[in-house]
Amino acid sequence: MSTTAPRTFPQKYGGYALLGFLCLYFLLPLWWLLVASTKDNAALFGGSGGALWFDDSFSLIDNLVGISTYENGVYWRWLANSFFYALVGGLGATVVSVLAGYGFSKFAFRGKGIYLSAVLGAVMVPATALTIPIFVIFSNAGLTNTVWAVILPSFLSPFGVYLMYVFAQDALPDELLDAARIDGAGEIRVIWSVVLPLLKPAIVTVLLLSVVHTWNNFFLPFIMLTDSKLLPVTVGLNQWQAQATTASGVFQPWSYIVTGALVSVVPLIIAFLSLQRYWKGGISMGSLK
Amino acid sequence: MVIQNIAAPTPVATRRRRAGRQRRGWIGWILTAPFGAVFIAFLVVPLGYALWMSLRTNSLIGGDRWVGGDNYLKAVQDPLFLKGVVLVIGFTLVLVPIQMLVSLSAALVLDSLTSRFAKVSRLIIFVPYAVPAVIGALMWGFLYSPNFGPLKDLFSLFGADAPDLLSSGNVFGALVNIVTWQWAGYYMIIIYAALKGIDPTVYEAAKLDGASAWQIALRIKVPMVSSALVLILVFAIIGTLQFFTEPQTLRPIAGGSIDAAYTPNMYAYSTAFSYGQFNYALAISFVLGAVVFIGSAIFMTATRKRSGITE
Repeated sequence: MSTTAPRTFPQKYGGYALLGFLCLYFLLPLWWLLVASTKDNAALFGGSGGALWFDDSFSLIDNLVGISTYENGVYWRWLANSFFYALVGGLGATVVSVLAGYGFSKFAFRGKGIYLSAVLGAVMVPATALTIPIFVIFSNAGLTNTVWAVILPSFLSPFGVYLMYVFAQDALPDELLDAARIDGAGEIRVIWSVVLPLLKPAIVTVLLLSVVHTWNNFFLPFIMLTDSKLLPVTVGLNQWQAQATTASGVFQPWSYIVTGALVSVVPLIIAFLSLQRYWKGGISMGSLK
Repeated sequence: MVIQNIAAPTPVATRRRRAGRQRRGWIGWILTAPFGAVFIAFLVVPLGYALWMSLRTNSLIGGDRWVGGDNYLKAVQDPLFLKGVVLVIGFTLVLVPIQMLVSLSAALVLDSLTSRFAKVSRLIIFVPYAVPAVIGALMWGFLYSPNFGPLKDLFSLFGADAPDLLSSGNVFGALVNIVTWQWAGYYMIIIYAALKGIDPTVYEAAKLDGASAWQIALRIKVPMVSSALVLILVFAIIGTLQFFTEPQTLRPIAGGSIDAAYTPNMYAYSTAFSYGQFNYALAISFVLGAVVFIGSAIFMTATRKRSGITE
């Protein structure tokens, strides 16, 4: 294309050099993780290949067996918990955001101005400042150490509402909604057959962002949950790490922590790579207005 | 786009729509009600409760009683809290420019290249966003080790000992690196998408006027994506001030260079859960939340014209 063709050779060369360097930098820890998951404890802390290359011994299978049996295979339970919390929390946040975004963008009602300002203000309230108060409230209500303690607070996603609101303003023409109503569609039918299909890119984006947010959230489950069977994989691995750094003499599960970390990052990376065409357009919605 | 295919509404249709919109006002309330409920339950009530609790104290001797602003007076004179505040502010001042520079330059380079390598590297740079912060900190913790990290091999080539990147002098930079690695790709994607939204004829015009590639990048592309930059800046500042997971994860292996009061959030956590001083912890949470909120509100107002978040 004429917009990119007339560049001088050195400039392009410099661009590729920068990209190559960035790729190495961003891949380095993941490459280390992949290599380290094939090592046992001895190789991890002083093997023949160094930190960034494979050891003579190959222990990936042993490590996978290890994470499946260590502490009665609680690792897979953690991974299943992570999926459950992320999916239910993410779906809840998305449903709430879609309804609110549609309501704010296409209906005039009393108090909407203040209400909308509250949403925008809430985007700027740091989530961790809310976590300890929510813990105290849940603790008084006997809700700590239950799945609800992690799932319910995840439903709050002011940024998701904001993205939906901005997107719905342009993606839903009033004429189309009115045409559907004149043809006799009720409000629920309008949402189901007109609104949801048109909002699809925004829905996938908000769903992905809130699933990742819940999956990666550490502080909330960290303080809410004490029962090992309820932990998500992030907090579980953190507990193994605490165990490994304090326990002397006893077995230190470092190779299991590393392998468990690798297994747990694979699903999200696959989700992102396979859903690219949906989120790529949507991720900038908030800033394009 | 759907919008362009539909003819402008006739006056009759507009009038009917306006009447319909008002008649259906209650539907707007119903649609936004679930959000309203979540908003009240998990934002308004916790904040109100934190404020109320922070004005009280609860001790074995005195019991639960009203102390007014005592917890806040204590906080602003508490050297441990203030040390954490200074740290996160310093952290923000160092981290945010680095993050912006990395993500902006990556986005600008990616925007100017169309090869397969550029596509692949865009994904590679983004991938750390999908890695939980706990695992990011864990991986870098291993890589930082002077005893079994890659630095050991590198330095032993010259017969030297590798430096300890988690020593108290280096741990600040070590954390800056982890957070940059984690978030720069996400910010890069936001800027990249904004760059792709620019009409390419603008570049044509600039080129005809004799602008170089550098000038186009700095004088046209950067100003045109400024709303994305402001959005990222606000996110980065909000995220950095509530810093918790990475230092908490590195703490056990950092050999004392990260203490329990390293950031205000860690201090609030240990005050509440190690010492049981919930009232004081909530005062710290509330101060932190208020500072972040007021700070970003001022920033958003100051950059209102450029910012993405407007009504």
